[in-house]
Amino acid sequence: MATQKQSVSQKRFDEWLPKLVVAPSFILSLIFIYGFIIWNGYLSFSASRMLPNYEWVGIVQYQSLWDNDRWWVALKNLGIFGGLFIGVGTVLGLFLAILLDQKIRAEGALRSIYLYPMALSFIVTGTAWKWILNPSFGLEHLMQSWGFTNFTFDWLVNSDKAIYTVVIAGVWQSSGFVMALFLAGLRGIDDSIIKAAQVDGASLPRIYWRIIIPSLRPVFFSTIMILAHLAIKSFDLVMALTNRGPGYSTDMPASFMYTMAFERGQLGVGAASSTMMLAMLAAIVVPYLYSELRGYKKNG
Amino acid sequence: MSMKLSTVFKMLAVAGVTSFAAASFAGEVEVLHWWTSGGEAKSVAELKKMLQAKGHTWKDFAVAGGGGDNAMTVLKSRVVSGNPPAAAQIKGPAIQEWAAEGGVADITAVAKANNWDKVLPPVVANQMKYKGKYVAAPVNVHRVNWVWINKAALDKVGGKAPANWDEFFKLADKFKAAGIVPVAHGGQDWQDFTTFEAVVLGVGGAKFYNQALVKLDQTALKSPTMLKSLETFKKIHSYTDKGAPGRDWNLATAMVIQGKAGMQIMGDWAKGEFQAAGKKAGADFVCAATPGSANAYTYNVDSFVMFQQKNPANAKAQADLAAAILSPEFQQVFNLNKGSIPVRTDAKMDAFDDCAKQSNKDFLATAKNGGLQPSIAHGMAVSPAAAGAIKDAVSNFWNTDSMTAQQAQQQIAQAALTK
Repeated sequence: MATQKQSVSQKRFDEWLPKLVVAPSFILSLIFIYGFIIWNGYLSFSASRMLPNYEWVGIVQYQSLWDNDRWWVALKNLGIFGGLFIGVGTVLGLFLAILLDQKIRAEGALRSIYLYPMALSFIVTGTAWKWILNPSFGLEHLMQSWGFTNFTFDWLVNSDKAIYTVVIAGVWQSSGFVMALFLAGLRGIDDSIIKAAQVDGASLPRIYWRIIIPSLRPVFFSTIMILAHLAIKSFDLVMALTNRGPGYSTDMPASFMYTMAFERGQLGVGAASSTMMLAMLAAIVVPYLYSELRGYKKNG
Repeated sequence: MSMKLSTVFKMLAVAGVTSFAAASFAGEVEVLHWWTSGGEAKSVAELKKMLQAKGHTWKDFAVAGGGGDNAMTVLKSRVVSGNPPAAAQIKGPAIQEWAAEGGVADITAVAKANNWDKVLPPVVANQMKYKGKYVAAPVNVHRVNWVWINKAALDKVGGKAPANWDEFFKLADKFKAAGIVPVAHGGQDWQDFTTFEAVVLGVGGAKFYNQALVKLDQTALKSPTMLKSLETFKKIHSYTDKGAPGRDWNLATAMVIQGKAGMQIMGDWAKGEFQAAGKKAGADFVCAATPGSANAYTYNVDSFVMFQQKNPANAKAQADLAAAILSPEFQQVFNLNKGSIPVRTDAKMDAFDDCAKQSNKDFLATAKNGGLQPSIAHGMAVSPAAAGAIKDAVSNFWNTDSMTAQQAQQQIAQAALTK
């Protein structure tokens, strides 16, 4: 009888233990992620200026957000930067991975060299590229002092082109990381498939194009996910490289939000802009999670 | 009965305060500021010394970072959590915004005892008040409408300090011909805005400046004078060098110091850079009011807003801090270090250099004739939201070659409506 009782309580404990272990982190993320999301959402409908103010004003803050020229510039920049950063980063990373996959010597060393930029903070990348691209003492100055007097590369100080310098620095930083992801994917492909194709007489480019790259689909997915969220929340790179300038021509949604909420005393507009950013992220993440979870159920 | 009770309480309170006072004013002042660079830190140390001499403890709460955005963010979190510092560096209309949020201390008693209404120019005194009560103490006056010229370069091209914008561009052409960058500029939005403000002041005069950039009057903003200001402003852009965008103001000043550039439009904190490089006013560099603004003066007054203290001893320390800030001794020592001038109209200027003496003379004169105007580029004239929106429009015009002055004028007038 006693042993039976003990085993019941033991069973109950076994049931509760996992929940107990998960509880602290669950509660923390509930408060510090979802709680703050709700708070921010509420602020975006409030009359907040310098400090939080809980007077409900409806969609006024959203109206002034969408009326703001600067917000449109930020969105356009996000489009340009996001598209090119993800596109070029993925293609370049894949290209590097395929080159490295050719069983060359010193592959480990080369891999670390390519991967190293990822170890730097975006602040360092931004500052270094700011010097490289500055026309009065960077690349342009160097080339001109070498005798190429017609050489000009002044994108950094040109308000129409400055956003592309952000792309350059961003791609430089992330393509090595993308390469590592793809390389892992390439190594995971079954050799026998490739051997079979070779027996059938397929050329190497053809094998890559028709067999290997299509089978890397999951890697593409995670790469694009990672790069997309880096692009949407990109803040440090812009701050270090161009400081949103010239003027506000390289402003991004994240830096826009910072400017409004913390520099201008327009907390409400800042909250509205971060709600919009959350919506953008959700638009990418939710379909992804949905497809992932559905696949998981099917397999499981 | 109730009257009796309240008198008892009052007596108790008085007894409490006096007993604290007897206990050697064991008050503590926590002061939030962002004066962390060399000359600035030295200036703050003076204030600390004066308060320690009165037996108070000084708790330094310095948050580094240029314009104080970081400091403001920290301050907001402290105020929201109900634990504000005794004093915080806040200036201009932001004082009113903070006071409107509640929680600031009334220091009118200190002001009365020290005659602030007499020694401060009315425009400055009004900015320190909220609903007629003093809530902040001013520390110094920076003049913003200065142009700094390298003397050797000026002599080389045989020029003199420009009195109006035509002379300014003539001088700039001479610099260009001599292979010197005519105008050293740092292409950051607030520097673009500083230049813009100087041009409006020079082209339109102090009255127009006040209508357009302080009162944000739509008629003034849409007037031909504003259009002319914008055209003049844009013309300066062609005299700056390619490396200007993103450059810090002190690097632009360094270009003038080294003679690589002819002149720079910048507030008198630039003087600190010249002095640090061992240059003498008059001999190595020339300071002059920006073209057309000899009878006007855009000011940038730093000030400390006082927050309510729960502990009476700390409140006493806070009052002493406010009194110390405006004491003639501190005003002198502080401003000698900082490069600005005392905010007291009765200050003695013997120890200051020529540029500071000139600044003081113009400060007193313009305080009387209405030429004394708050600087919009340095957050003295309008709310941060409106100033920011106008700054965006101005900076956008400066950096976009395809934009016409008419379009810029439209954008600025629109931005001025930001609430």
